[in-house]
Amino acid sequence: MTFNGTVTRLVIRGGTLLDQAGERVGDVAIEDGRIAAIDDSIGDVQGDTVLDARGCKVSPGFVDLHVHLREPGKEEAETIETGSRAAALGGFTAIVAMPNTDPAHDAVSVIEFVRAQGSKAALCEVLPSGCITVGRAGTQLAPFAELAAAGVHLFTDDGNGVQDPQLMRSALDYAGPLGIVLAQHCEVSALTKGAVMHEGACCSRLGLPGWPAIAEELMLMRDIELVRLTGVSMHFLHLSTARSVQMVRAAKAEGLPITAEATPHHFTLTDEQLSGYDPVFKVTPPLRTRADIDAIKAGLADGTIDAIATDHAPHAPHTKEVPLDEAPPGMLGLETALALSISELDMPLAEIVAALSWKPAAIAGVADRHGRPIAVGEPANLTVFDPSHAWTVVPAQLASKSRNTPYAGRQVHGKVRHTILNGVAVVVNATATR
Amino acid sequence: MKHLLAIDDLTADDIHRLLELTDHMVEISGRPIPKVPALRGKNVVSLFFEDSTRTRTSFDTAAKRLSADTMNFTVSSSSVSKGESLRDTIETIAAMGVDAFVVRHRSSGAPQMITRWTNASIINAGDGWHQHPTQALLDCYTIRMGLNRRDGFDGLHVAIVGDIRHSRVARSNVQAFAALGARVTLVAPPTLLPPSLEGWPVEVSHDLDSLLPDLDVLYLLRVQRERMDDALLPSLHEYSLLYGLTDARAARLPPHALVMHPGPMNRGVEMVADPGELPGSVILNQVTNGVAVRMAVLFWLLGSGGDLSEAP
Repeated sequence: MTFNGTVTRLVIRGGTLLDQAGERVGDVAIEDGRIAAIDDSIGDVQGDTVLDARGCKVSPGFVDLHVHLREPGKEEAETIETGSRAAALGGFTAIVAMPNTDPAHDAVSVIEFVRAQGSKAALCEVLPSGCITVGRAGTQLAPFAELAAAGVHLFTDDGNGVQDPQLMRSALDYAGPLGIVLAQHCEVSALTKGAVMHEGACCSRLGLPGWPAIAEELMLMRDIELVRLTGVSMHFLHLSTARSVQMVRAAKAEGLPITAEATPHHFTLTDEQLSGYDPVFKVTPPLRTRADIDAIKAGLADGTIDAIATDHAPHAPHTKEVPLDEAPPGMLGLETALALSISELDMPLAEIVAALSWKPAAIAGVADRHGRPIAVGEPANLTVFDPSHAWTVVPAQLASKSRNTPYAGRQVHGKVRHTILNGVAVVVNATATR
Repeated sequence: MKHLLAIDDLTADDIHRLLELTDHMVEISGRPIPKVPALRGKNVVSLFFEDSTRTRTSFDTAAKRLSADTMNFTVSSSSVSKGESLRDTIETIAAMGVDAFVVRHRSSGAPQMITRWTNASIINAGDGWHQHPTQALLDCYTIRMGLNRRDGFDGLHVAIVGDIRHSRVARSNVQAFAALGARVTLVAPPTLLPPSLEGWPVEVSHDLDSLLPDLDVLYLLRVQRERMDDALLPSLHEYSLLYGLTDARAARLPPHALVMHPGPMNRGVEMVADPGELPGSVILNQVTNGVAVRMAVLFWLLGSGGDLSEAP
């Protein structure tokens, strides 16, 4: 409502709508947080805010299943506000906040704090994940039911895999009736002691300890069998190897209730990037080989991998200005995910948007309000992007508090122009409004 | 050339020229007053993030024989634990005016990272498992003199025996020996080889005994006790049984063959025989040649740019 009592409309004009139903041209009018009208051409009413969408797709907002916001605990790297701004600029209307903060997401008070900070920033919906084990220490189950009652849907010890098979089995059994989803960071830690990069020809030449593919694949294999045993569904985070894709494909063909995600860096960069010893390319799981990239792309194309997730992992510059083995793993992702997906994936645009929007929305348990079809009455969480807009990644221009993008100087195409969160334009012309 | 980070920064020709320059440095070292003014006014800083008295002393001696000023920094704990980034450490010391940093670091790649934060020359004095280029050069010089092979190593067969996987010496020596034309065989249990040897100009054997009669150089690497903790070896005793140089094995080497070791030796493990009684042992020559080779490298990078006519 404006001061004189008239309703302010937001009109997205001149774009092509792209959702589960396919593509069609149309203008969208938004009032009171919901889509009020869709028409070939919606005329101006005084007081309307008009967003130019010519040359753009108008799609349901993107949902990122995997974001490290660093608050509480490492606010020098990112805050919930700066991470939310990066998310909005990347077209995300909802992001799942990973639990490896300090303190970790294993208590209702932390969950409420993270959600409150997200609401205060009001740039995207921040969905706190919960820990699988207390303190992510891998020894005692976190209070699933209490955290679920506080609104947590996705549980993970991300950063750590749950090593103990008995504990993981028990976690699945206990989680079953709660309707939550357990998400695994697949890494058998005994196989990755001191590991810095993918184990293969490159690490052998560089004299760096390798992170073998088998460390991911063994835990994935174990967990697929635990899903079979318990019947409880699981999600697999940031899969990085060809064999992992193959295992998920086979398990899905058997009808097992699993989902999986892959990151843009795992379908764009190889271990050869580490040849200059630059810690900006250090990430967990590590950058792998061309064959793995091809497999991840094929997995996304045939739906084996459900979602593109960023694993956005900000680190303060000084923490990356040390030797590789001392540097923390992780790279920025929120503001480059769409462009890299459009630039690098040989998939129809609608399927890329599916992997960025409604498929992860379902996994995150927010399909009632994100990733919705574009229809009258639906919540207005929308992303307007120009798929052909060419731009160059410049670290200093990113909204994240950190600068650790591995794509500095890379030419890409595909850019978010506007992002609408609950009917409010939080990004207009590629600039955050708050 | 500005830095010496790895052997593959050098062509075979570069290596030959450095070895010729080393001849001059050996001559200087033999003078009654082994000192020339070639690098007077240059400031050479040894920056050792990992303790190594012998390598630091060798570089220090080399710099002093060329009349450079030297400073020593030993950084015992990792930069991170002190809350200072490697960049801060480098920029702080570089601000004092430095022409070359001689860097030893427990992390592979650290010397290469450092090149981004200073205009000084960086000389890699050993980084993690990656490279130890002056060791490779002094080993080449030792073979060149020991077997009288000034024109290269064509036809020579060198076996490098031991913990290849964790060895910067192995990585740099394989490149240097192969660049000069030698045939290189790596000898180790599979657990002490790198995960992949793709692109390495080497052959692999797990059977030292069958190789011995064919070798011109037997190069032994140090095997560390901690490898048993990682389940890479059952015991040092078993390693010694399979790969240790005993008197019996030494007797099966051709009479001209050289026995080398980068030190420090694990007596009773890879070196069971008394090296002082092995006729082919050139282990102390390696140490002596180390000073001359490092003089050559310092002069190459800080002096006249490798122009031999300008050599002292």
